[in-house]
Amino acid sequence: MTKSKMTSLQRVLTTLGHKEPDRVPLFLLLTMHGAKELGMGIKEYFSKAENVVEGQVRLLNKYGHDCYFGFFYAPTEIQAWGGEVVFYDNGPANSGEPFINNIDQIKTLEPPVIADTPVLQEVLKTIRILHEKAAGEVPVLGVALSPFSVPVMQLGFEAYLDLIYNEPKLFDRLMAANEHFCVEWANAQLAAGAAAICYFDPVSSPTIIPRDLYLKTGFQVARRTIAKIKGPTATHMASGRCLPIIDDLAQTGTGAVGVSADEDLGILKQACRDKLTVIGNLNGLEMIHFSREETDRNVKNAIDAAAAGGGFILADNHGEIPCQVPDEVLLAISDAVRTHGNYPQ
Amino acid sequence: MADSNMADRESTFKNALLSSDTDAAGKALDEYLADKTVLEFVEEVVVKVLDEIGDGWQKGEYALSQVYMSGRICEDLLEKVLPDKTVLRKDKPKIALALLNDYHALGKRIVYAVLRAGGYQLIDYGRVESEELVRKVKEDKIEILLISVLMLSSALNIKEIVKSLSHAENKVNIVVGGAPFRLDRKLWQEVRADAVGYTATDALHIVRTLEGDNSND
Ligand code: B12
Repeated sequence: MTKSKMTSLQRVLTTLGHKEPDRVPLFLLLTMHGAKELGMGIKEYFSKAENVVEGQVRLLNKYGHDCYFGFFYAPTEIQAWGGEVVFYDNGPANSGEPFINNIDQIKTLEPPVIADTPVLQEVLKTIRILHEKAAGEVPVLGVALSPFSVPVMQLGFEAYLDLIYNEPKLFDRLMAANEHFCVEWANAQLAAGAAAICYFDPVSSPTIIPRDLYLKTGFQVARRTIAKIKGPTATHMASGRCLPIIDDLAQTGTGAVGVSADEDLGILKQACRDKLTVIGNLNGLEMIHFSREETDRNVKNAIDAAAAGGGFILADNHGEIPCQVPDEVLLAISDAVRTHGNYPQ
Repeated sequence: MADSNMADRESTFKNALLSSDTDAAGKALDEYLADKTVLEFVEEVVVKVLDEIGDGWQKGEYALSQVYMSGRICEDLLEKVLPDKTVLRKDKPKIALALLNDYHALGKRIVYAVLRAGGYQLIDYGRVESEELVRKVKEDKIEILLISVLMLSSALNIKEIVKSLSHAENKVNIVVGGAPFRLDRKLWQEVRADAVGYTATDALHIVRTLEGDNSND
């Protein structure tokens, strides 16, 4: 294989193997921009797999990045558990009032069945069609929320912190139910054609809990869960920090980590070298105002800091680009990767 | 009290908070109150230590769960030593706190705890939509309005609120905070807020500054 003829999938696999591909792979993790392409409201767009497929295809054609993103919005999983989802015109859907309003409910909580959950079936259908369209050339990314992070939406953050600190038995019971669901959900997406699962786990970030608590909680959960996921995973901190737990993350069995703009990309890369692929770390919220020059500079700086030796995918810091980011900025990112991202550097 | 002794007490208190040890924090307070007043404790210890923990969080030294637990413990301790509904600070501006549009109440909860621990009385509007918030603020003649959000979409809605409240009878100072403001340091100006805070103790300092400004009127 000559480097200049790499497909997106080859490019991504090469970098995940800590070798240099033809150029730095780019993941534009776009969700709501697909609705804009189709001239549709966000709620309507995510009601049917066909819309999301069409949106993803148009976005890939427009920006020429290196993945399809099968993600709808985090609270699809909450819908599966029977919880409420609130849609907005100018932003991602959110979970509504937590469906666990009394922690005793945890005692009898049963994980949802994927086959019985319409919204999850739409996600699987999206992945299936995108996988066919990709014809082995573009990886399709799936998303599963970590069993340890999803309770913020199940119970609310305050109640969840109280649970972690004060109710070890109920905490374990909740993790068991969530781990069961997470493994099934991740594996269903892999079976539908996802090349890898993005394991969103920001509650494990040192931004949210201290490392000693992580080692007793989120770390154990991740080790058990990732071991049962039958495909590669990338752990994402959703813009929370990760440097103090890099070695621990590597021990969870994950292959990559989505990193924050709050930490130095060069230092992160050093810490991850040959252990974890670094995904990041353009600040998605600042991106809304990036000029063309700033975009070019930020992309170049990221590549200078982290691209050498492979093990690097350029992306935003959160794992989803806000819908307010203009098309011009996305095009400028795509251009800048082609200008500055060619190997050898 | 010797300075070193004072520093010891402070660090004992801070460590108690960081390790969520309510009993140790309570003991530190009792020792302090043997020769100081509650207000002195608030000023010399609570605010200082919470500040350090908030700054440490910004720098990545501490975690949010520690910020949350520290605020809660201080709030609880002060509720206990203060007689019912006593306000440490008299003749204060009318302050309200709200969570706008989204369902993420933790930021607001922490800000509430810290302001209470700092001796302030404030109205908690809970989770509100824009119109309701504007109506309440006007009705209650609020002077300082603190808004917490987690979603960018909610943050962007603040612009309209600022506009609507510019017609209020009295000047409403609008202070904003929450993750999107921390991650985009220009956002607060874009939504035309009067001030922004990046940690919960920032709320305390901003309220104090605004209070100073008001009393000069
Ligand atoms: C943990 C996390 C998650 C967890 C839990 C989220 C939750 N709370 O429900 C999970 C994995 C579930 C998650 C999911 C999502 N998330 Co999230 N998540 C985070 C993360 C890492 C921390 C959020 C958090 O809860 N922090 C705790 C609160 C208390 O912190 P805080 O708001 O900063 O508050 C502190 C200060 O700012 C201050 N403060 C707060 N309010 C106020 C008010 C005043 C007046 C003052 C002075 C100070 C102040 O005091 C607090 C303590 O010091 C952030 C990124 C980050 N680095 O912060 C993203 C983030 C909040 N997520 C984001 C998004 C978009 C989502 C999703 C919508 C993604 C999707 N498409 O589905 C979902 C929706 C979740 C839902 N509930 O429906 C975005 C929101 C901004 C945006 N782009 O719109 C963020 C900011 C990431 C990013 N970089 O863009 N997420």
